Amino acid sequence: MPAFLIPAVPELFMAIAAMVLLLAGVFREKDSTAILSWLSVGVMAVAVGLILNIKGSGTAFNDLFVVNAFTSFAKILTLIGAGLTLLLINSWAHEENVARFELPVIVLFSTIGMMMMISANDLISLYVGLELQSLSLYVLAAFRRDNARSTEAGVKYFVLGALASGLLLYGSSLVYGFGGTTTFDGLATAIKSGPSSVGVIVGVVFVISGLAFKVSAAPFHMWTPDVYEGAPTPITAFFSVAPKVAALCLFLRVLVGPFAPMIEQWQQVIVLISILSMLWGSVAAITQKNIKRLMAYSSIGHVGYALIGLAVGNEEGARGLLFYLLIYVLMNVGTFAVILSMRVKGRYVEDITDLAGLAKHNPLMAAALAALMFSMAGIPPLAGFLGKYFIFVAAVNAGFVPLAIIGLLASVIGAFYYIRIIKLAYFDEATVRLDKPGLLTGVLMAASSILMLVYFIYPAQLVSGAESAAKALFLG
Amino acid sequence: MNQLISTGPLAIGLAHFLTVGAILFTLGIFGIFLNRKNLIIIMMSIELMLLAVNINLVAFSSFLGDLVGQVFTMLVLTVAAAEAAIGLAIVVVFYRNRRTIEVEDINEMKG
Repeated sequence: MPAFLIPAVPELFMAIAAMVLLLAGVFREKDSTAILSWLSVGVMAVAVGLILNIKGSGTAFNDLFVVNAFTSFAKILTLIGAGLTLLLINSWAHEENVARFELPVIVLFSTIGMMMMISANDLISLYVGLELQSLSLYVLAAFRRDNARSTEAGVKYFVLGALASGLLLYGSSLVYGFGGTTTFDGLATAIKSGPSSVGVIVGVVFVISGLAFKVSAAPFHMWTPDVYEGAPTPITAFFSVAPKVAALCLFLRVLVGPFAPMIEQWQQVIVLISILSMLWGSVAAITQKNIKRLMAYSSIGHVGYALIGLAVGNEEGARGLLFYLLIYVLMNVGTFAVILSMRVKGRYVEDITDLAGLAKHNPLMAAALAALMFSMAGIPPLAGFLGKYFIFVAAVNAGFVPLAIIGLLASVIGAFYYIRIIKLAYFDEATVRLDKPGLLTGVLMAASSILMLVYFIYPAQLVSGAESAAKALFLG
Repeated sequence: MNQLISTGPLAIGLAHFLTVGAILFTLGIFGIFLNRKNLIIIMMSIELMLLAVNINLVAFSSFLGDLVGQVFTMLVLTVAAAEAAIGLAIVVVFYRNRRTIEVEDINEMKG
């Protein structure tokens, strides 16, 4: 293999494997669906292995594509989120009899898009990776094509996602025109060399709004609740982890990479977006009855906390952001495993009152739910608390005390609706009796909740992983 | 590439192209937000936004004397085609379920 392709081996492998699976599906049709969906999880696992195998840093495709400790960390995190939710998607599709071979293949394609955008080192490869991810996600949202809500989610996601891509692209065109180049390295030198022109600043603001749409940060979050509610539940789980990780890491890479010298200009925008997301994520969730809508607002809030790490704009902030994302992914997979187990006589229910009295007839699931909700609310010593702790410490150390205080207040407000779910499960009378959770969802929710509970005993390993990733980000 | 710039009051410079691009882009955004008719008009507005970006990129490419902008334009055109295909497919499945593509009828979920 030519040396210039070696950094991109995981992506190339995944792309070829996804196309082979697609062809196999087309030629074998029905009987291959089960094998293909497990093989696609295997492809992701192999890709993690290939990423771990890459040492140091390098570039491929004429500097359009970069690999270093940061991109490896972000890609592995994305793959973990995507792989675990793909397990949920597969088991759901088989139970519901909607299994089609396209489903895992589209998930694979969108994951490749995420990995491409994490590694993007040029505005062009950024855009192409982002679109590969987004186009696959639109299809996934509308996957239940006989279901009015799922197709409506697809329409809404498509229209607002395309608008976001348009904003990002318009920003990229201005940055290209006034910065003179599209490569990140070239832009970094161009911006460092003199006072930034107004054109570049306007372009960066457009790029920020486009990316804020993709990570569903307020005030660009309008699509999130509807898409989360309408899309099939395991696909919502996928939406809430993998694209979030990828887009936030891309956000970080773009702003502290080529646009680092303009920190004074973008910092205030990110601070504002972060505050709005934290507050809106906590306040608007209080009145929600549907658990998927509630998770949508919860994810808006979590993105707000993660963006504090970006607003700080230094290595400690980046470390906090990466660590927060790691905890968020593991926590969210468990929570969605619980939501996927909310079934009454084989039919999925989504109202939070359906969780009432869960502790009486299914104490284990109630315990897992309680651990996950306490962790989401950030109660010490659970893992969710550690995530918030590193973010807030980074903010305070960098002199962003008001931002940290607003974050604390928002998480207190947010704790209300998380703890209300625990109250429903433990102290209210049951209205319905939920079915026993399936094996896979049971294992995932148990693993995730136990991890959240005992994580504080030995956090060093993952923190140091996030730390070396953050170091690599600020080196190059 | 300078043959575009003639002298005199009718000279067409970079600013003119950027103005056209900005107007088209704004029209596209307003087309999405103010349009209360149907989804096809929204799709056309999205296309208009992307074309505005292409005008910007080609204009910059020409005035910077740098081909990267035109390469970018080709990629944007390709992705826009894929985006339109997927968008239309989603609109078709939506129509099959609801028998309408009026914007007002996209109201199964309140947000």
